[in-house]
Amino acid sequence: MVGPYSLSYRGGEMSELLTTVDGRPLKEALANAERSKRIRAVLLVLPLFVFIFFSFLYPIALMLYRSVENPLIAEHMVETVAILENWDVKEVPSEEAFAALANDLVAARKTREIGKIATRLNFETPGLRSVITGTGRKAARWGPPFKEQFIAYRSEWGELETWATLKRLSPTITTVNYLAAVDRKLNVEGNVVQIDENYQIYVDLFMRTAWMSILVTLACVILGFPIAYMLASLPLRQSNMLMILVLLPFWTSLLVRTTSWIVLLQTQGVLNDLMVWVGIINDAQRIQLIFNAQGTVIAMTQILLPFVVLPLYSVMKTIPPSYLRAAESLGAHRFLAFWRVYVPNTLPGVGAGCLLVFILAIGYYITPALVGGQDGQMISNMIAFHMQKSLNWGLAAALGGLLLLGVVLLYWVYNKLVGIDRLQMG
Amino acid sequence: MSQISLPDHAGPVETVWHWTYIAICSLIFLFLIAPILVIIPLSFNAEPYFTFTSGMMSLDPEAFSMRWYEDFMNKEIWQRSIANSFFIAFFATILATVLGTLASLGLSRSEMPNKGLFMGLLISPMIVPVIITAAGIFFFYATMNDYIPLTGSYLGVIIAHAVLGTPFVVITVTATLSGFDHSLTRAGAMLGADPTTVFFKIIMPLILPGVISGALFAFVTSFDEVVVVLFVASVEQQTIPRQMWAGIRESISPTILSVATILICISICLLATVELLRRRSERLRGMSPG
Repeated sequence: MVGPYSLSYRGGEMSELLTTVDGRPLKEALANAERSKRIRAVLLVLPLFVFIFFSFLYPIALMLYRSVENPLIAEHMVETVAILENWDVKEVPSEEAFAALANDLVAARKTREIGKIATRLNFETPGLRSVITGTGRKAARWGPPFKEQFIAYRSEWGELETWATLKRLSPTITTVNYLAAVDRKLNVEGNVVQIDENYQIYVDLFMRTAWMSILVTLACVILGFPIAYMLASLPLRQSNMLMILVLLPFWTSLLVRTTSWIVLLQTQGVLNDLMVWVGIINDAQRIQLIFNAQGTVIAMTQILLPFVVLPLYSVMKTIPPSYLRAAESLGAHRFLAFWRVYVPNTLPGVGAGCLLVFILAIGYYITPALVGGQDGQMISNMIAFHMQKSLNWGLAAALGGLLLLGVVLLYWVYNKLVGIDRLQMG
Repeated sequence: MSQISLPDHAGPVETVWHWTYIAICSLIFLFLIAPILVIIPLSFNAEPYFTFTSGMMSLDPEAFSMRWYEDFMNKEIWQRSIANSFFIAFFATILATVLGTLASLGLSRSEMPNKGLFMGLLISPMIVPVIITAAGIFFFYATMNDYIPLTGSYLGVIIAHAVLGTPFVVITVTATLSGFDHSLTRAGAMLGADPTTVFFKIIMPLILPGVISGALFAFVTSFDEVVVVLFVASVEQQTIPRQMWAGIRESISPTILSVATILICISICLLATVELLRRRSERLRGMSPG
């Protein structure tokens, strides 16, 4: 026998069954070999996957769970929740519910959970914090019948809205955070309605975040295209030199670049000084260029510009110059040839750059926080505010969930159109 | 082949357009680089201002001083921050580089099942907004604190920074491996080397430029990271970016400009290293067949 394979004949028919030297069918042996190779490949990826799973994917799942979980009221106001379960939300509940509430509030005050409960209810219906804590303080000294004393103390207890809020927050899984994140709430009848106009901020904020990201993306393409074209057309030695001007900002700390923009653009900053010195404006007319939306867009454009230049450059490098020459020799004017022949060929790069910049821009936090002032804040800043200042973690998680949904959709589109293996840096 | 140069037969319109184009490009390059360069001379300002004084404009030596650098060297908080930044970035880089390189070796094998899905998941820390990652990790550490204290610990910050750094390692190393000639490993194996020897003697030297580039990206990611630090670190783990953040938001002092200048010098060194590595690996790849 020559080589590791042999042909064996079985029965009268000639069935060709390839086997290995030790007699195993070749197909099976091959499948085994491939399986062990596959396992080896998976084993190499596994450590990182486990790491990313536990310290990234699971934490994000935990955050998403935070956006819907609501154990506080159900855990600490057991009696009230039980009675409100069968309440029809038509009129203020009976004495029985007030007695249960008195018990729950007194107990919650003893366990010191009443503050959290008051805060939670206050997020849903502003003004309820003092009602809950005050009633909790008084209720210990009250005896039955409770209803009149409750209503006499705070008229809110005679309103349907207060009780409806309690009932709405009773379930341990809730959608109220997501409703709040789009300026909606459930009214007394259980329908989704817009909240009071003075409290509506989140939809506007999402729109503003998207709008600012679009502006940054457009600015990046408009500024990135000419220099990518220049880099792609110059001889390698010169383009490598100029490339440093693109790559250095890319490698420089985000905080350094943000600080630089403050130094350049603030009213007593370099640019205003320069304009006063040249005489374009006088000292009293200094322009507020930063700590507003405009400052955020300017700084973010400079910070994200390399992300559009690099993919554009690599696409432009692959377009043969002969295309343009062919178009010109066929009679097209130089500009027409550029517009009709060259630009369409760059569209994959434009698309890749735009998507990447937009994805990165809508989640921006540091730059808007430092140079955004009042009207330059984005959705990430609101998430940070609710995480750190107002401590409304449920709402922060819901806002984060919506932002994540947007980013994941765009990421999916990016992957379909460009392919993540084509992502490149430097 | 240069398309930028003006042909001899160019008419007046084309000549004007040509120079306009050059001017536009110069302005864009200025927009990219000026914010970085402007900070360097300002960090030598003798006055506590963030703008050029008349003395600086007339190049009066009196108007320049090293006082903000001295301030940086003498303040204990800056010294601790810089030590913390290097410490955290160093371990986060090692963790990210080892895990990322191993995973890249698996991901670039043709036998790897569901390659796209795994790649997508492993790259996602780069795409997901940091604020979301930070919030998630904050909640996660809070639930873990009963077993292992991660909030306000070096380990917690290092793990979170390694998460943010791994996508860069995976991207650069898989890119290097895409040009890797797999018959080299088979040749090594055929000549009697066991897989470990093949890895260290054949694969590693060839993909090393990619690994180092990835590691540098991971290092910079950690070194420049502030959001996770804001969410899960305590005062003890104060880093340079965290201290700059506080400086910009609370009491802005020109010391920040001296720190920024030092950081710019570090980035120039890192960029130079990565560029040299990239050119070396392009040269090597140019020599190998296919």
